[in-house]
Amino acid sequence: MKKIDIKFILNGEPVELTVAPNHTALRVIREQLDLTGAKEGCGAGECGACTIIVDGLAVNSCLMLAPELDGKNVLTVEGLAHDGKLTDVQQAFIDHVALQCGYCTPGFIMSTTAFLEENKKPTREEIEIALSGNLCRCTGYKRIIEAVEDVVAKRGGK
Amino acid sequence: MTIDGKYTAIGKYLPRVDGVAKVTGAAKYAGDINMPRMLYADVVRSPYPHAKILKIDTSEAEKLPGVKNVITGDYYAKKGGLYLADKNFLAHKTAKYRGEAVVAVCAETPEIAHAACKLVKVDYEELPAVLGPLEAMKPDAPLVHPDLGSYRVVPIFHPVPGTNISHKHFLKKGDTEEAFKKCDKIVEHEYYVPHVQHCPIEPHTATVKFDASGNLTVWASCQSPYAVRNALSDSFDIPLNKIQIISEFVGGGFGAKAGTTIEGIIIPLAKMNVGRPVKFTYTREEEFRDAYVRQGMLARIKTGVRKDGKILAVENNFYWDGGAYNEYGVNIAKAAGFAGTGPYNIDNVTTNSYCLYTNHPVGGPYRGFGMCEIHFCIEQNLDVVANELGISPVEIRRINGLRPGDKTGMGEVMQVSGYQPCLETILKELKYDPTPRKVGDHKIRCMGIAAGWKSPSQPTDAGSSAIVRMNEDGTFFVHTSAEEIGQGSNTALTQIAAEVLNVNPDRITLKSGDTNMNPYEWQTVASRTTYCAGNAVKLAAEDLRNKIFNLAQMKLGYPARDMYLERDDENNCTWVVASKYHKDIRADIKTFSLGMPLEDGSGIGGPAIGVGTFTLPNNMAYNAADSQSEKGVAFWTIGVTGVEIEVDTETGHVKVLQMLSCFDPGKVINTELYAAQVEGGMIQSLGTALYEAMILKDGKLMNGSFLDYKIPTAYELPDRLESFVCEFAEETGPFGARGIGEPAMVPGAPAIANAIANAIGTRFDRMPITPDMVLEAINNKKS
Repeated sequence: MKKIDIKFILNGEPVELTVAPNHTALRVIREQLDLTGAKEGCGAGECGACTIIVDGLAVNSCLMLAPELDGKNVLTVEGLAHDGKLTDVQQAFIDHVALQCGYCTPGFIMSTTAFLEENKKPTREEIEIALSGNLCRCTGYKRIIEAVEDVVAKRGGK
Repeated sequence: MTIDGKYTAIGKYLPRVDGVAKVTGAAKYAGDINMPRMLYADVVRSPYPHAKILKIDTSEAEKLPGVKNVITGDYYAKKGGLYLADKNFLAHKTAKYRGEAVVAVCAETPEIAHAACKLVKVDYEELPAVLGPLEAMKPDAPLVHPDLGSYRVVPIFHPVPGTNISHKHFLKKGDTEEAFKKCDKIVEHEYYVPHVQHCPIEPHTATVKFDASGNLTVWASCQSPYAVRNALSDSFDIPLNKIQIISEFVGGGFGAKAGTTIEGIIIPLAKMNVGRPVKFTYTREEEFRDAYVRQGMLARIKTGVRKDGKILAVENNFYWDGGAYNEYGVNIAKAAGFAGTGPYNIDNVTTNSYCLYTNHPVGGPYRGFGMCEIHFCIEQNLDVVANELGISPVEIRRINGLRPGDKTGMGEVMQVSGYQPCLETILKELKYDPTPRKVGDHKIRCMGIAAGWKSPSQPTDAGSSAIVRMNEDGTFFVHTSAEEIGQGSNTALTQIAAEVLNVNPDRITLKSGDTNMNPYEWQTVASRTTYCAGNAVKLAAEDLRNKIFNLAQMKLGYPARDMYLERDDENNCTWVVASKYHKDIRADIKTFSLGMPLEDGSGIGGPAIGVGTFTLPNNMAYNAADSQSEKGVAFWTIGVTGVEIEVDTETGHVKVLQMLSCFDPGKVINTELYAAQVEGGMIQSLGTALYEAMILKDGKLMNGSFLDYKIPTAYELPDRLESFVCEFAEETGPFGARGIGEPAMVPGAPAIANAIANAIGTRFDRMPITPDMVLEAINNKKS
C-alpha cells in the first residue's frame, strides 16, 4: 500500500508525516508521534477513550483514518496544559476525584473540552448525554459530572 | 500524628497523587510502550466449545512475508495455574471453550499476524460439550478435564477426579437437620446469576522481550506483578531473578488482571526472537471472552425461621459455572463456601459450594469475588422470608444482622461489626419506605435495601513488604508492589507513610509496578491492599523513624524514648524533637538522611532506609472437614445499600433515582477516595442488576462488544448517589483500616432487585432484570 504524506497542526505545532493509508489517526498519533494520552479501548467508536479534538470537534480517533488528518487542526490531551499549568477542565477532574484508573480520563477531558465550547450553559442532563459516549468503569460518573458543572460555574455559565 | 494525638495525613482528603499524570496523558500504561523493532502477536481461536485438536497445518501461514513464527500448544505443554495447575497458555491436545487460543503467530505488523492466523488450518474432532453447572454435575456428563487427578493442586482445594468438580467446599456449623425440625417456616428458593464481564476500559496487553543473557522483561497490564512473575517462572522454568514485570499504571482491573493470561502466550515467541519485543493486545471482543469472566452461578437456598423472625438454620448449595479452566475460580467457590450465610448470625449452617468445569469462557476473580453473586440470592431470599412471615425486610435484618460478639458461619467471633449502625444510617438517610407510590399514570416509585459482607480471600500467610528511603533533602521514596489500578493505593499508602513520618505528603513519592525495583507483594486483589500493603508501609516508616531516633539520641542528647516528629509546613520540613518537655531541642529530619556526621569528620549510621514486612497475624487455616476456624479470614467489611427506583409500567424500564451505601471500612485513610470507591462500586452493581449478562449460546459469546453488552453510562447516573461511613477500627489494620474496594459492589444488585419486587410485586430470581422481563411480569399481573 502506497504511503501518504500529510501535514497538519498538532497541539499548536506543524507536523509533517508519512502514513499508511489504512492506519487510524489514533495509531499514528500514538505510535509515530508517541503521544499516548489518547487510548484504544475498543477500536470501534464505542468507548470514547481515544477522543481527540479535530477542528474543534470531539472525534473518536480510532474511527478516523490517518490521511484525514491532513490540513486539520488537531488537539490531544497532551496539548492542553501549558508551562505546567493545567486547564480548568483538567484541574476540575483532579479536584473532584473524577478519575480512578485514568485510562478513560483523557477521552473524557477532550469530550468535555469540546462540549463546553459548543454549549456554555449546559444542564446536568445535557452534560450526561454529551458524555454518554465516553465509558468509565471506575468512577460511577458522579464526580465527572460534578467536575464539568464546576467548570461551567467557574466560567460564569451558571 | 502530632504530639497531641491528632492525625496529620490520614482520615482526610489528599488529592490523588497520580492526578496530574492522569489528566495530562503522561501516565504510562502497559500498552503505551513503543519500542523499535517490535513484533506483534495474534492467535487462532477454537470455533468449538469442546474439541480434540487432530492436526495443525501452519505451512501456508509461515510462507506469508513478514511472519516470524507460528507455534502450537506443544510449546506450552507444562500446565500451570494459581491454585490448581489445569491450564496451558495455548490449547494442548484439546480446546475446551469456544474462543480458546490454539495457535500463536508473531509478525512484523499486527495486520500480517492477523492475516497469517487465517492461513492456519486446524482439524478438530468435536467432543460433547458441558454448557451449564447442573449439566456438569450429572454423573454421565462429559469430562472437561479427564486428567484432573494428575494436576498439581494447593492442598486447601479438593478436586474430585472423574467428575467436573474442580473444588467442593463444604461448611458445617451446628446441626441444620435438627434445627430445621424446630422451625416455624422453611423457605426454599433458587436463583441464577449469569456470566458477566469486568469491562476495564483498558484491554489486556503485554509486551515481552528476552535479552541475550536470558533476562525476560514483561510490560503487562496486570494487578499482581509478583504473581505473574511466579506463574511465568513456573510455566517456563525461568528463575525469578531473570524475570522483570513492569506495570506502572493499570487501566482498570476489577480482578480481570489478577492472574496471568496474555503474557504467557507470547513468551515462547519472544524467546525465538531474542532482542525484539513482542506485543499482544486483546481486541474488545477478546477482552469480553478471553480475559477472565465472572462465573455464572446457580444457588439453592433453604432458610428455616422461627415466627419471631430469628433464622435458625440455612442450607446453601452454590453451583459455579467455572468454565474451561478453574485455576483461579476454585478460590471463588471457596470464598462463597465460607461466606455463604451473608452477614447474619445463624447457629446452624450447611454450605456446599461446587466449582464446576464447563465448556464456557474461563471464570476468574471479579470485584466481590463471589459475594456479589451469592448476595443477589441471600438478600432477596431474606426479603422473601420476611414477607412470608409478615415482618418487614428491615425487622428481619435487625433481628439477624451480625453484632459484635456474634459468630460467623465459620465459627469466628466478630470483634467488630458495623452491620446494625450501617443499616440504621441507610434507613435514616434514604427515609426508607417500601410502599409503592404512583407517579403520573404509568410510573411507580419504590425503595429496597440489602446488606453484604466480604473478607479477603487470600492465603492465610499472604505477605507484603515495603521500603522507605529518605533523600538528602528530607524527601522520601516509598517502594511497594501494591498496584495502582485506580483504587488509589498510591495515594492511601503515601498518606500512611506521611502519617508515621509526620511529613507533608508532597515530600513523598511512591514507587510501584516493577518487580526488579520494588519489594514483594502477594497480589493486589481481595480488598487487601490498604490493610496488608498499608501495614507493610507503616512498619517500614516506623523502622526508618526508629533508626532516625536512634541516631538523634547522639545529636540531641536525649533518649529516643521521648522523641517525636513534628511536621512544619511553613518551613517545608519535619523536625525530630527531643521530647515534649524540650521542644526547642530539635533537628531537621534531613540531618539523618545519610546517617549522622560526627564532629571529628567521620559519620555513623549510613543512608536512611526503613524496611517493613507484614504477614497476617493469627490468620489460621480452617478445618478441612467443616470449614470452622477461630480466625479464618483477615477481617470482614460489612455494609448496606438502599435504593429508590422508578418503574415505567408502559415500557418496563427501571431507573434508579437514589442509591446510597454505608460501610464499615474501619478507619478511613482518604475520605474522598473512600467515597469514590463506594460510588463506583454502586454503579458497577447497578449495571449487573439491570443491563449486564454475557449471552452464551452453545458456548458461543453472542454479545462481545459495548454495543451489544451495555455497561452504565453517565446517562444512567442516579439523581442521588451517596456514600456514608461507620468507622469501627480493625484491631490489626494500619491505623484501624480495613478494605472497601470490593464490598462496595456487593449489596447494590440485590437492593435494586428488592426495590423492584416491592414496586411491582414480582420477584426476579435472575439478573439482569431487563425491561422485557419487567413488562411481562406487569402484563401477567394485569391479565
